[in-house]
Amino acid sequence: MVIDRGLSAPAVDEVFHALADATRRDMLRTLMTKEHSVSALARRYPMSFAAVHKHVGVLERARLVTKERCGRESLLRASAVGLRDARSALDVLEQVWRERVAQMDQILAENPHE
Amino acid sequence: MPITRVNKDLDAHTMTVFAEFAAPISRVWALYADPRQLERTWGPPMWPATVVEHDLRSGGRVTYFMTGPEGEKSSGYWNVLEVNAPTRFVIDDGFADDSGQPNLDMPVTRIVFVFSEQPNGGTEMTVTSTFASTDAMQQLLEMGMEEGMREAMGQIDPVLAEAA
Repeated sequence: MVIDRGLSAPAVDEVFHALADATRRDMLRTLMTKEHSVSALARRYPMSFAAVHKHVGVLERARLVTKERCGRESLLRASAVGLRDARSALDVLEQVWRERVAQMDQILAENPHE
Repeated sequence: MPITRVNKDLDAHTMTVFAEFAAPISRVWALYADPRQLERTWGPPMWPATVVEHDLRSGGRVTYFMTGPEGEKSSGYWNVLEVNAPTRFVIDDGFADDSGQPNLDMPVTRIVFVFSEQPNGGTEMTVTSTFASTDAMQQLLEMGMEEGMREAMGQIDPVLAEAA
């Protein structure tokens, strides 16, 4: 499902995918309160650095988190872009279906009997 | 416009589209049963669809890709869960990789299609779409994260302005 506007359904699904995991939701909550370096964030979770890094990657792709280079560290911050996407998910879906129904109607008008 | 109503249920994270077509039910069903017609309805105008496999039976699969204005490809598939021609079918619509294999990292959308004959000879279609993992979004909103997010953005904006 792709839509020819700034916001694509795949982007929305990435947000849902990112938020479907309790650890990632917790990371997001943490980053909303305060920015963290990747290693500082990793210290809060009983999992490998690589595993934390992977979760951060999912949050980043969903545009829920931004990463910014700061000296030798990368600083992570929560970003509202992804959440806005999620909130407009149903609006996007409506637009997709409006287009589909218009196309269905057009085919029926061209070929009423098959 | 044949769309009569759109219901968005934010709690259930479903959306139902009601549409009425001035065509008999068998004709409307053919829009989905015939892959050549399906590909003209499925992709957005700028993203025409090409249907590769098409087996609209319970347990069957439909695979397709859509081609964007820059030539980019977006592949998808349906797992067909239930079919009662010409009144109802249920699919899970998901994303696929370039070779058409389901991308299991991405959530699927459950879509229920219902067609009913109208007294005037037309057909009403209702399409109910449910996002697979919207529970997470709901939970998130309930936790008040939206508010927290806004505050976080309020703190970030001045920082960005300074950096610019």
